[in-house]
Amino acid sequence: MLNSSLKQLSALLAAKKISSTELTGEFLRRSRALNPDYNAFISINEEASLAQAGAADRIIASGCAQPLTGIPVAQKDIFCTRGWRTTCGSRMLSNFISPYDANVVERFNAAGAVNIGKTNMDEFAMGSSNETSFYGPVKNPWDVTAVPGGSSGGSACAVAARMTPAATGTDTGGSIRQPAALCGISGMKPTYGLVSRYGMVAFASSLDQAGPMAKSAEDLALMLNVMAKFDARDSTSLEREPEDYTRDLDKPLEGLCIGLPKEYFVSEISEDVARAVEAAIAEYRKLGAKTVEVSLPNTKLSVPVYYVLAPAEASSNLSRFDGVRYGYRAPQYDGLADMYRKSRAQGFGAEVKRRILIGTYVLSHGYYDAYYLQAQKLRRLIAQDFAEVFTHCDVIMGPTSPTVAFDLGEKSSDPVQMYLSDAYTIAVNLAGLPGMSIPVGFGNKNRPVGLHIVGNYFTEAQMLNVAHQYQLATGWHLQIPVNRKSQTGLEPKNAERF
Amino acid sequence: MQWEIVVGLEVHAQLSTRSKIFSGASTAFGLAPNAEACAVDLALPGVLPVLNRGAVEGAIKLGLAVGAKINSPSIFARKNYFYPDLPKGYQISQYELPVVEGGNVKIKVGEIEKTIRLVRAHLEEDAGKSLHEDFHGMTGIDLNRAGTPLLEIVSEPDMRSSAEAVVYAKTLHTLVRWIGICDGNMQEGSFRCDANVSVRPKGSDKLGTRCEIKNLNSFRFLEKAIDYEARRQIELIKDGGIIQQQTRLYDPEKDETRAMRSKEDAQDYRYFPDPDLLPLEIPQSWVEEVRGGLPELPQQMRTRLERDYGLSPYDAAAMTVDREIAEYFNAVAGKLPAEAKLCANWIMGEISSYLNNEGRWFDDCPLLPGQLARLLTRIRDGTISGKIAKEVFRQMWVKVSAAGEKALSWKSGDRPFDENLVDQIIDSQGLKQISDSGELEKLVGEVIAANGKSVEEFRAGKEKAFNSLVGQVMKAAKGKADPAQVNMILKKKLADGSVIQE
Repeated sequence: MLNSSLKQLSALLAAKKISSTELTGEFLRRSRALNPDYNAFISINEEASLAQAGAADRIIASGCAQPLTGIPVAQKDIFCTRGWRTTCGSRMLSNFISPYDANVVERFNAAGAVNIGKTNMDEFAMGSSNETSFYGPVKNPWDVTAVPGGSSGGSACAVAARMTPAATGTDTGGSIRQPAALCGISGMKPTYGLVSRYGMVAFASSLDQAGPMAKSAEDLALMLNVMAKFDARDSTSLEREPEDYTRDLDKPLEGLCIGLPKEYFVSEISEDVARAVEAAIAEYRKLGAKTVEVSLPNTKLSVPVYYVLAPAEASSNLSRFDGVRYGYRAPQYDGLADMYRKSRAQGFGAEVKRRILIGTYVLSHGYYDAYYLQAQKLRRLIAQDFAEVFTHCDVIMGPTSPTVAFDLGEKSSDPVQMYLSDAYTIAVNLAGLPGMSIPVGFGNKNRPVGLHIVGNYFTEAQMLNVAHQYQLATGWHLQIPVNRKSQTGLEPKNAERF
Repeated sequence: MQWEIVVGLEVHAQLSTRSKIFSGASTAFGLAPNAEACAVDLALPGVLPVLNRGAVEGAIKLGLAVGAKINSPSIFARKNYFYPDLPKGYQISQYELPVVEGGNVKIKVGEIEKTIRLVRAHLEEDAGKSLHEDFHGMTGIDLNRAGTPLLEIVSEPDMRSSAEAVVYAKTLHTLVRWIGICDGNMQEGSFRCDANVSVRPKGSDKLGTRCEIKNLNSFRFLEKAIDYEARRQIELIKDGGIIQQQTRLYDPEKDETRAMRSKEDAQDYRYFPDPDLLPLEIPQSWVEEVRGGLPELPQQMRTRLERDYGLSPYDAAAMTVDREIAEYFNAVAGKLPAEAKLCANWIMGEISSYLNNEGRWFDDCPLLPGQLARLLTRIRDGTISGKIAKEVFRQMWVKVSAAGEKALSWKSGDRPFDENLVDQIIDSQGLKQISDSGELEKLVGEVIAANGKSVEEFRAGKEKAFNSLVGQVMKAAKGKADPAQVNMILKKKLADGSVIQE
């Protein structure tokens, strides 16, 4: 059952082989058992989850089940969830019980899915290692001395360790794809505007996008069917006809044109990652795809452009956390200015403060033109690079991350090194394109490697097809990390190795 | 040395939309604190703004009314600063590319016409309110007003006195109510001004350093604040001082302005385009649709009234002082174009005073324009005198008002009485003027016979005696005689020297 796809779980539920209450109970027990080791969840609420499972069972009994009815899905703690603490990984929101549901939460509720818990994350989604969380770092289930990636590290870990069949994430510069790669799972950042941002705590509004994280591309497609829908409450939500993202899964890849940017296969990429990615590309050739070398000359500008624009937006988005209406307020202060100063100084962690400072600086009088406007111009150039490639390629492939998961603490004192690890994923957010990562093997220290697939706007169905065909031919996505400490009874006796 | 005052105004007009500019919460005034603050207004984590189409339409209307350019695209920007009643830590406003750019407003100060140029008008959200009085040692925050749509209308420094500034503000006040985008309620803060004031030696073409006086919510305060501030600046310069660029507050109790903050502590608002709102595209077709729905503007209407109805500039101005009175006048005069002056007199006279007594205005006038037109027709065709008309008017007002709620506005569809009510009142009470000259001659004869003394005095050259005789005839006729006709008959009979006894 731990490796069952969402489709298989749905079939088991429909056939009454298991109830949602039982299924939810199993995953809750496993989460409770493993969480002390991995710290993947910030909040687990059995009562609320089992109540939802009970409701799902009644829906199933009434014959009105949808594809995800009764299936546990973990929510990244960035999505406001009514009645649940929604912390965004920060001390600032450590006491915030949301009075409303984010659009993504509403959509899963309406689909009958069961919220199995709120997953850990980098504070306000700012980080690539999950070490900036106020609630402690998440551990990589493949190696607890390694980071799980970030910012959706809790979701990636929870799926990889099979604490939940699926989870949600958000991706501003790679926050779904990079932890998916580092934890050996599948994750997708859809086209900007496809999934409503309403109720998702904002980091950088023009880059933030929610997406699914799961074991396989097929599972991602089923989740995206639930998540992608126009929402009038988000002015950047795109008004489009709903699609069935599973529709093209079974198409053969014969004739598929894969662009391989020469800039992705240079010095920064470590040898073990290169090897796994090249093997995956060879597999694609076997499946009938052809590959061409392409160029994304402005990709090298992505990191500096991103670290102007994202902090600029963040510095403004995070102004609402002022200790006045909700959230953390310093216990002692002297007057209004001191209340602001102390509440924000104590409520935010170092990385968040660093980005607020950068953002405030680049928006300041006299610097705005040199930084913010210049970065906006470069952003357009980066997007044009992709547009050029997509005139003759269906998808672009490369490594999701230049290295496998690094060790906890390895880069946490060097923000620039940390930022550079997102070089491949960031350009995709700047262009607003869809991107995904799927597991394609293991590198150094037996840590997972992810393949980055980038598609043109709104080609999610095709990208999922490309990923699914690979997963039909290979078994990397079915690998489960062994947990040596936890004796849960649910642990497979011999974790299947591919 | 002679000094010249230079004034530019920033007017904040609250747009009369039912919901807020970026949320669905109501904009109604006066509810319990925070009763009208929804998740978006409270700036909960994760909420997003959605632009209110009605607010944009209000801005387009103003732009068209002042002959400005409507920008498309236009950009919403974040103005970042911390304040407890600013829940997001930024105000959504416009910086580069406001909806409305340029345009002008014509004002008339005494007999002199002047054109005040506008810089721009942009959309923005209002902040909430900090309540310092009600909580000991603490501040209360009421976010009901947070997110209320404002149109900030910025003029060039084209005014040269507080009087000009007041006329400009009043002209704009009339205009925004006229085109129906703002209720103009200054007590509730729906229309408030910031005045930029500087002074310079007369004849200089260089602007002096300005001070901005914030939040003036009455025309009187606007005038007094500018006068005080100009005096203060002139005195300061005369004493060898230098004007610091400052934001100042006017204290009406002490009639003075006080420094709030100086340029040095001016904040860097770090404006940047709001990534939550896409650039606002306003298709030309929308602009044309709004243009088609705009009413005749006050300026145009005044010209028309003077030209087509021959109204004096004074009457024309009175009939266009606001949209309600203008609509009512248009409706009445449309039925009686030859008697527009009479219509104007009655609207300024009887109707205004009745409405004033009841604390209402013309939109709530219970009398149909047709009823007034019929009444005035009955004066003109000699059926009743002007004096009797006032009595008919009074009775009609009472009767229509007594019909209850549905009679309260001439605009409501379901009307209890039509214009025939005028004739019903005249007929049922026999108020018709005595038009039968035989009957009048008989009355005149009786009065002459009974007032021999007055007749003698008149013949002795006392004009006053004649008036007394007219009065006696009118009295005998119970007011139903046409005074002009009485005059004529009386003159004729007295001149004849004959008294016909019957």
